Amino acid sequence: MERFETHTHDVIVIGAGGAGLRAAIEASAQGASVGLVCKSLLGKAHTVMAEGGVAASLGNVDSKDNWKTHFHDTMHGGKMLNNWRMAQLHAQEAPERVRELEHWGALFDRTKEGDINQRAFGGHTWKRLAHVGDRTGLEMIRTLQDRGIHTGVDVYMECTITHILKDGDRISGAFGYWRESGRFVLFNAKSIILATGGIGKSYKVTSNSWEYTGDGHALAYEAGADLIDMEFVQFHPTGMVWPPSVKGILVTEAVRGEGGILTNRNGERFMEKYDPERMELSTRDVVARSIYTEVQEGRGSPHGGAFLDISHRGAEYVKKKLPSMYHQFMEFAEIDITKEPMEVYPTTHYIMGGVRVDAETAQTTVRGLFACGEVAGGMHGANRLGGNSLSDLLVFGKRSGTGAADYASKIKDNELKINDIDIEGAVKEMLTPYENAEGENPYTIHQALQEAMGDFVGVFRTKDKLHEGIEEINILKERASQLKIEGSRMFNPGWHLCKDLKSMLIVSEAIARCAHQREESRGAHSRVDFPQYNDEKWGTVNSVISKDNGDMKLSTSPLHQMPEELKRIVEGGYE
Amino acid sequence: MSVAKLRIYRGDSDGGQEVEYEVPVEEGTVVLDAIHFVQANYDGDLAVRWNCKAGKCGSCSAEINGMPKLTCKTRLDTLPLDKPITVHPLKTFPIIKDLVTDVSWNYEVRKKIPPFKYPEDTDWKMQQVDVERSQEFRKCIECYLCQDVCHVLRNHNKKNEFFGPRMMIKIAELEMHPLDIEDRKEMLREAAGIGYCNITKCCTDVCPESIHITDNAIIPLKERVADTYFDPLQWIIAKVKGS
Repeated sequence: MERFETHTHDVIVIGAGGAGLRAAIEASAQGASVGLVCKSLLGKAHTVMAEGGVAASLGNVDSKDNWKTHFHDTMHGGKMLNNWRMAQLHAQEAPERVRELEHWGALFDRTKEGDINQRAFGGHTWKRLAHVGDRTGLEMIRTLQDRGIHTGVDVYMECTITHILKDGDRISGAFGYWRESGRFVLFNAKSIILATGGIGKSYKVTSNSWEYTGDGHALAYEAGADLIDMEFVQFHPTGMVWPPSVKGILVTEAVRGEGGILTNRNGERFMEKYDPERMELSTRDVVARSIYTEVQEGRGSPHGGAFLDISHRGAEYVKKKLPSMYHQFMEFAEIDITKEPMEVYPTTHYIMGGVRVDAETAQTTVRGLFACGEVAGGMHGANRLGGNSLSDLLVFGKRSGTGAADYASKIKDNELKINDIDIEGAVKEMLTPYENAEGENPYTIHQALQEAMGDFVGVFRTKDKLHEGIEEINILKERASQLKIEGSRMFNPGWHLCKDLKSMLIVSEAIARCAHQREESRGAHSRVDFPQYNDEKWGTVNSVISKDNGDMKLSTSPLHQMPEELKRIVEGGYE
Repeated sequence: MSVAKLRIYRGDSDGGQEVEYEVPVEEGTVVLDAIHFVQANYDGDLAVRWNCKAGKCGSCSAEINGMPKLTCKTRLDTLPLDKPITVHPLKTFPIIKDLVTDVSWNYEVRKKIPPFKYPEDTDWKMQQVDVERSQEFRKCIECYLCQDVCHVLRNHNKKNEFFGPRMMIKIAELEMHPLDIEDRKEMLREAAGIGYCNITKCCTDVCPESIHITDNAIIPLKERVADTYFDPLQWIIAKVKGS
């Protein structure tokens, strides 16, 4: 077998978006030696694209806001399927995590009094989102990046983890390869934090970048951890529609937060029909379904979307509050949003489901394996509120960093073994596409998977369609077992896609099968054949995916009982 | 549907050449779409960096018809399609493969810049008008097009002596933070080599975020350095104080 380099750390963090960076900073602050491994260059992860803001009940604009209201809103947004303890910790700790960013150099927009300004967003009772125009994610990742590089974290850029290694039932390392050289690399680690983000690249129309291929979900699954609630995929109501090149690119919810109005081709403000109280600032699941329905029923805009208009706020205001949107539409679509409406349509944006974790420490069901940010499940239940992702990654990034460092501190150096057979297996699996004399083009399989997920596992679902989707995924799995690629191992995107396909097929199957199982509609999961909530049967359980003797096993597990004092808050006792 | 011809540079540190591909053009097609089409249909191993494909991450920089640009923001219909479009890697950085270059130098330099430091007794009150100065520079998506076009780095390869425009606005962003108390003037004059910039504004011209790199960052920083080190009055005061 070829030689490969080895690095040793107490904690390895996989993924360098907001969650991974926050986790690495914390683990390092706890005294652990930390390696941060990321698929792209540092600072390019998906957090960079987050626009609208970070939700935290600072109470700077609406002084009545507090953690209880934030908790209440989050639970209602998640249709009560959330891990209530995560939602509670999140609401309680988000303000401190945001202030901490300011201490590390972040420059949020200000109120007249000189405090951090906050804006309205869907499903939030008060103005709650701290923001920087419509580039909040960029501000956060730069701040965390600066903090990370000055606090002793070793960063391994453009390095892809392909396998997680265990010694018995404990984590002992991670195996992967350098994209530049194509050479393999081994990381010895006492604990691993997954912070790999989401899964959007399984769908054709998505706001997600190429990295979002469900790597962490798949690595956790392969390592024996549980995945929960995988049927809950958030379709953001407002993605760009035209031109084709930019279909799916995000149009921030801040457009509606700043007063944007949705209309159909007849000029009707259709949200009056679907949610007369909250209108455009209803939750994302509701707005996405509303736009979808308007288009299905023949009232769509010329390119098959809805109109979203912010021009009534005036050119100066729009350019100041939504500068990225102004430029995005001007440059990609030649539309001046200060003068004319945008066309928008739902786009695959976020997965609420993910790796099952302990709320306090973010540890998964595998010893030594932790998860935070989008890859972790539970926090958002059946539907995530806008702004709750950036706060989630800060709160649970920090908690996972503490959890993983603490766990690692109890293990002696050299106590854990790496199994040679596991490495040989990993190498063989990775090199197969080069050795196959014949095989499929990975790009072809990827396109077919994206079509299938859009057609069969999209916004509205039925038993028959989901069944067809599962069959199609099975066929694609078979085809993907025999891939062939060209070229050398140096920076070869085709080779990388072979590995990504493995992850995408695992998460796609998990999503389709969970969606097939849950015979009700709740949050982002809409079943045409079961359009109502079924609280009795489905309101009390999480869907669970696990690996059992090499096969994907589907089951459910009961939600934890919520304590009485939190129940009272959920029922409205938060003043 | 019309077609365009792309001549994409293929090669590595041992050399290479342009390879011509034909790609379909529809309304709004950008150069990065064309590159993806090439990967999926002709050469799966064509190396390119990209992430968001929405002009927000600054990964997909290249030289299109000789101009440093983001491939995700360059629409084919803005280019003359009667002749092939050339796509080359950034010239200022060593090539790894095809359109991917080794930009690690930027990360090394970045690490040398002292981070934000605040006074113990601050109440964290800041006015919007005051934070906006730094916010302009914090829009930077680190695409390194400014570093690529800067003649001090590109033509004279002074990477050991000049940090480049990206790092100048990084320093400016910190220096103009309303609460920052760190002093980076010595660094600006010495290690960062601000004197090398002779204000040709090439960096400002290529910035996809329209940051006024030269006018709003480099010139004010040059003035601060000049005030400290070359103002005769300041010089005398420093001498008397014995520093």
